[in-house]
Amino acid sequence: MSLDAAAVRRVANLARLRLDEPEVQKLQAEINGILGWIEQLQAVNTDGVEPMAGGSPVAVALPWRKDAVTDGGQADAVLRNAPDREGEYFGVPKVVE
Amino acid sequence: MSYTLDGDTGPWEVVVGLEVHAQVLSESKLFSGAATAFGAGPNSQVSFVDAGFPGMLPVINGECVAQAVRTGLGLNAQVNLWSRFDRKNYFYADLPQGYQISQFAHPIIGTGVIEITLADGSTKNIGITRLHLEQDAGKSLHDQHQSKSFIDLNRSGVALMEIVSEPDMRSPEEAGAYLTKLRQIVRYLGTCDGNMDEGSMRADVNVSVRKAGEEFRTRCEIKNVNSVRFVMQAVEAEARRQIEVWESGGTVGQETRLFDTARGTTRSMRSKEDAHDYRYFPDPDLPPLVLEQSWVDQLKASLPELPDNRRARYVALGLSPYDAHVLTIEKETAAFFEIVAKGRDAKVAANWVTGDYFAALNRLKREVADSPVSAENLGALLDLIADGTLSGKLAKDVFEAMLEADEPPAQIVETRGLRQVTDTGAIEAAVDAVLAANADKIAQYQGGKVGLFGFFVGQTMKAMAGKGNPALVNELLKQKLG
Amino acid sequence: MMRPTDYTIAEGLRALDKREISSVELTGAYVKAIEAHNPRLNAYITVTAETAMEAARASDARRAKGEVGALEGIPLGIKDLFCTEGTRTTAGSKILGEFVPPYESTVSGNLKRDGAVFLGKLNLDEFAMGSSNTTSAFGPVENPWSRANDPAKRLVPGGSSGGSAAAVAARLAMGATATDTGGSIRQPAAFCGIAGIKPTYGRCSRWGIVAFASSLDQAGPVARNVEDCAILLRSMAGFDPKDSTSADRPVPDFAAACTRSVKGLRIGVPAEYTMPGLAPEIEALWQQGLDWLRDAGAEIVPISLPHTKYALPTYYVVAPAEASSNLARYDGVRYGLRVTERDSDLRDLYERTRAAGFGAEVRRRIMIGTYVLSHGYYDAYYLKAQKVRALIARDFTQAWEKVDAIVTPATPTSAFPMDERQDDPVTMYLNDVFTVPANLAGLPGLAVPAGLDGQGLPLGLQVIGKAFDEETVFAVGAALERAANFTAKPQVMA
Repeated sequence: MSLDAAAVRRVANLARLRLDEPEVQKLQAEINGILGWIEQLQAVNTDGVEPMAGGSPVAVALPWRKDAVTDGGQADAVLRNAPDREGEYFGVPKVVE
Repeated sequence: MSYTLDGDTGPWEVVVGLEVHAQVLSESKLFSGAATAFGAGPNSQVSFVDAGFPGMLPVINGECVAQAVRTGLGLNAQVNLWSRFDRKNYFYADLPQGYQISQFAHPIIGTGVIEITLADGSTKNIGITRLHLEQDAGKSLHDQHQSKSFIDLNRSGVALMEIVSEPDMRSPEEAGAYLTKLRQIVRYLGTCDGNMDEGSMRADVNVSVRKAGEEFRTRCEIKNVNSVRFVMQAVEAEARRQIEVWESGGTVGQETRLFDTARGTTRSMRSKEDAHDYRYFPDPDLPPLVLEQSWVDQLKASLPELPDNRRARYVALGLSPYDAHVLTIEKETAAFFEIVAKGRDAKVAANWVTGDYFAALNRLKREVADSPVSAENLGALLDLIADGTLSGKLAKDVFEAMLEADEPPAQIVETRGLRQVTDTGAIEAAVDAVLAANADKIAQYQGGKVGLFGFFVGQTMKAMAGKGNPALVNELLKQKLG
Repeated sequence: MMRPTDYTIAEGLRALDKREISSVELTGAYVKAIEAHNPRLNAYITVTAETAMEAARASDARRAKGEVGALEGIPLGIKDLFCTEGTRTTAGSKILGEFVPPYESTVSGNLKRDGAVFLGKLNLDEFAMGSSNTTSAFGPVENPWSRANDPAKRLVPGGSSGGSAAAVAARLAMGATATDTGGSIRQPAAFCGIAGIKPTYGRCSRWGIVAFASSLDQAGPVARNVEDCAILLRSMAGFDPKDSTSADRPVPDFAAACTRSVKGLRIGVPAEYTMPGLAPEIEALWQQGLDWLRDAGAEIVPISLPHTKYALPTYYVVAPAEASSNLARYDGVRYGLRVTERDSDLRDLYERTRAAGFGAEVRRRIMIGTYVLSHGYYDAYYLKAQKVRALIARDFTQAWEKVDAIVTPATPTSAFPMDERQDDPVTMYLNDVFTVPANLAGLPGLAVPAGLDGQGLPLGLQVIGKAFDEETVFAVGAALERAANFTAKPQVMA
């Protein structure tokens, strides 16, 4: 499987990365190089193998927390690092739905 | 007769499926300890997890899991003892993590079924495809600034149940009845407050049309419809639009649309156009959600009575299917009725609640939830009728007085002297006086104008200020008129 | 007479305890060392000298009152991937801008709880993606070691925890926190001649650590020797209810395990780790290490880990996939960099911000990760890789029926020059060939300095252990360390 330039642009769109033309070319070559190398995985017989999910080496189940309000009430701390703080809100360019 | 819409080429069948987002009733969010209450100040119910800060991790709220399982049980659905959370990746201003944690491949609840009741009294089963847990997004405000949208993350991370139906509905009415039934079930269960005005329940409506006997055609999804009425309107408007497209030689393309409630039409949603590659994968921050069957069984044993069961029980008590239906639509109404009927004649109680009481609520524009009369007092009124203290007519007067001041009826009877007169002496005196004053009418009555009997009753009751026992009044009049 | 920077952590704790030195003296010596050598090495992105001295004074005061934590008064460096409350955290990237976390990561908080003093935030590859520390937006870190025959040639310290390893090796910190997703603790430790352990997945909380690949990331310490790593890990580790993948298990006394005998232990030697491209000196050192262990009474057992060759390609599907999702939150809305033009809409804001904020390697991995998760490719790449990953984990499970620990080289080469290997990403990725399997399987791995190559550069061996059996890993690592008696020092050192 190898990517053409259009596919590189489509992926960049999905990832919200602005690419100029030289970058598209460069990434296309690099990604195809990496994908070609990854291709060797297809040689492994994985019939009937359950895919791993998560990183734990032992079986684990999701731990639950109690339903209690223990967080929030800190609008200022949430907003303090914002590049565009509009009062008690985050500001972004107007979105048309 | 099945529902169709007529186009130039003849009748079209409408196919509807609903994806309902129901906010889980819980104190805190699905994966953070921030509060879920409605109407708080902007960004005041936001943890760093909800705001997608670096290094923040989700921890699941066990009560949200329990609520999803309760709902699944209420939908007669399969509870999956093993389920998992996936990430749904897309960029949006009110999606701080850049992904929504949802259950894509392995939902907590599998297939189920609910029965809907239609206006003609018929019923129909609607299949449930699945129910899964997911995070809500924040809110974008577009009207606060000329060139900016403002982001409030209070809703970000609030637990939602997405309840997906099969495409089993064939009319706006069925779609409306389904949403109504779903709302009724979650409210009975206490798993969602069903408050559509506050966005606690909203529906994505999938609509397609087809000719009789055809396979499904392409469907369009109408996002975020927030009332039963709008769902019904949106189904019809969208179906009519699609019929026009097909009949003018066009093709309906799969897309996401919005329902414009003012115009009563649907329109394409620009912002969702390219969002279709969500790159789902298992969330590596969350191990699988594993349930014990014994825990599910415990939840099942502690479920409140569901509307269908309650309705059946009321019918068994002797109520008409219609009354049983009306009394069980809202959980609060049923609870009210239960108190009124407790230890009393259920049919009499039902007549009073669905009759005078509902009429009063309508007239006063009140809800059962803020009832002008307590169920206990209404019950006490029925007792006063049963023991002969009040006639039916007097009871209505007492009830009117209760609407003004919610006092025990016995107290109203006392202070206003509304007790029914059963003393035959007093009644006889009143009857005699009426007869003495109406010799001409007696002659007419005896001459065959038997319809005048009601006139004598009325005059007697009037003379007694309405307090005469009607049965005794009738009896004495019959005797004396011969 | 010992200089303050000569002390190991264990020695420092004893000296503090005997009032031979104060935390203020110790910390002051490190602040001076940083002033002297950091301009060259660039190991620290942010030096917090003032707060460090303040913390040292507070620590001395606590000690005077008899309140003595397990790391009371010990000056440490913190990899700049750990969020530190009130101190800028960059992840080695421009995209976080001047982000100042309003919270402290669990691991760094645990160290503070135990009395540690923080000297500053250590340089790293951007978002921990790299094996050379050359992808940092704050400039590369230089290895304090250099080649005997070419001392002017500047070498990489390895990565991603290059700042942590260089600082510890050059004595700009007594120890440091680090993280390891594919070898980011063990490879730089080996390149810099120090010890470092990636514990079992779940041993250290990930809460408050900027995420790279959530199913692979683990925090761990780097320090001058194995015992110091054991001391630091005991403080860093522990169950954290804020991390759903955190292991609810007691934390053993790892330092005590360092003194355990290896007599009777079965040490596995995987055939598949003898691979082309392995430097002969490293192969020789590996043999030497096995001989030392045999001499100490261990039994050397040949084993097979048949899917080893697939570990790297598997890693380079799984890690970028998770990273592409984890890094979606850097969008210029709530914190960090925002880049717009006049009339930028939201999409343009995202695309400009992310293009300007992420460096080339991070962009490359986001692209790969986005692609392998995208519609039509998920099964062929991501799902396939997760199945192969399960087979790699199973290889280890089967090996544990025969052996108690596995010993391998830590890296296929010694430290390389800063100006090499930059062009081809795949060649660069091969650095992690020995370390990645332990991440994929979630197992503990320890790098121990064991010798020098012909150029006088340090070489390390790796000990891989069973899940949550860091004690055996420490026992074997300490035995290797004792036998190797590694006393060489880098050219740049305080």
